[in-house]
Amino acid sequence: MGSSTAALTCLVVDDSRVIRTLARKMLVGLGLTTSEAENGAVAYEMCLASRPDLILLDWNMPVLDGLSFLKKIRATDLDRQPKILFCTTESEFSKITEALAAGADEYIMKPFDEEILASKLHMVGAL
Amino acid sequence: MTMDPNVFATVASFLKAQSGLALTPDKAYLLNGRLQPVAEQHGCKSVAELVAKLNGAAPAQLKQDVVEAMTTNETSFFRDTTPFEILKTHVLSQLLERRKVRRSLRILCAAASSGQEPYSLAMLMAENAARLAGWKTQILAVDLDTKILKRAEAGIYTQFEVQRGLPVQMLMKYFEQCPGGWKAKPEIRSMVQFQRCNLLEPFSHLGEFDVIFCRNVLIYFDTPTKRHVLDRLANQLAPDGFLFLGGAETVLDITTSFAPSAGHRGLYLRTEALRDRKAG
Ligand SMILES: C[S@@+](CC[C@H](N)C(=O)[O-])C[C@H]1O[C@@H](n2cnc3c(N)ncnc32)[C@H](O)[C@@H]1O
Repeated sequence: MGSSTAALTCLVVDDSRVIRTLARKMLVGLGLTTSEAENGAVAYEMCLASRPDLILLDWNMPVLDGLSFLKKIRATDLDRQPKILFCTTESEFSKITEALAAGADEYIMKPFDEEILASKLHMVGAL
Repeated sequence: MTMDPNVFATVASFLKAQSGLALTPDKAYLLNGRLQPVAEQHGCKSVAELVAKLNGAAPAQLKQDVVEAMTTNETSFFRDTTPFEILKTHVLSQLLERRKVRRSLRILCAAASSGQEPYSLAMLMAENAARLAGWKTQILAVDLDTKILKRAEAGIYTQFEVQRGLPVQMLMKYFEQCPGGWKAKPEIRSMVQFQRCNLLEPFSHLGEFDVIFCRNVLIYFDTPTKRHVLDRLANQLAPDGFLFLGGAETVLDITTSFAPSAGHRGLYLRTEALRDRKAG
């Protein structure tokens, strides 16, 4: 990752349009291509259809929440699993532990800024 | 608000003498904003009144407060990543070989600011505990700024700070949640000693080190001050030791005490050692 010439794709999963727009602007500014989903169920379908490199994932969403989505995608047989960064207001030690155990690669606690996003993308090898 | 040129000149020469900070006229705008709170705290009606007091007879606390108000403490965990990669791979393997009889390492973190850099070094050592089993490692973190050192020693960071440069797995492993943020665990804090030290003043009492991190502080100094600090750091570094500077810093055209280590960005070696190796 990171060295290929084509821009990496990031699926932004959040039920708040405001957050999705904010994240999209920051990601595009960092050179990534983005798509958006408003809950885990939509995100799952989009994942199967378009195989994003990365997923920025909210926790609390209607229909299918972030943690359930994460478990579901990690149990799906894909030739390449996406890097998954939680991005949520959940900031309890126990929640983060739960997310990591379920297979999250990184964890962003809201509120965040572009510097934090860039730093976390760097850590998963996307920058 | 425009700054009286005399006030600017007084502060600039005061800071250069006290901390080495080379205050350029384009930074004059910083003065009022940063010194106003200090003026109030010391019962002065204006920044000009405060500055007028900055002569030899001024109370030490007033001088220290002015110096500290003007320092830049910007830092982050594992800042720039690469130096820590080079330390973990290249430097550590060299030192494990070279110090295998003594089995001890001393690291100096000069200009440690709020502690992210020395704690990053401590975490790096902890991550490499297996390679370092039976070794004694000491990390000495110094800074001129006593307020920032207190913060560093407490080891408490905001949610914003722990998300800059620190992988979440390390946050979980080496920090615990506390009111106001995240606190470095005792096992990490106990690996670092903090001490006030002005790099302009003698520091030979700190002893000899195998690795020196002196990053993002020389950029604030003029060339003679950089040379003065670098040459004395060379005296405190083992002849076969390693010096790390910040991304915007170099030794080129400043001193011949150090030379860049080929292929390792930000890493410098004592020229004496390079000469010996070539001769031998
Ligand atoms: C920008 S921070 C660098 C922190 C860290 N080394 C890094 O690279 O992230 C600069 C620090 O240098 C300290 N400093 C400035 N002048 C100094 C001096 N003469 N002696 C020791 N420390 C000094 C400041 O107090 C400040 O904490």
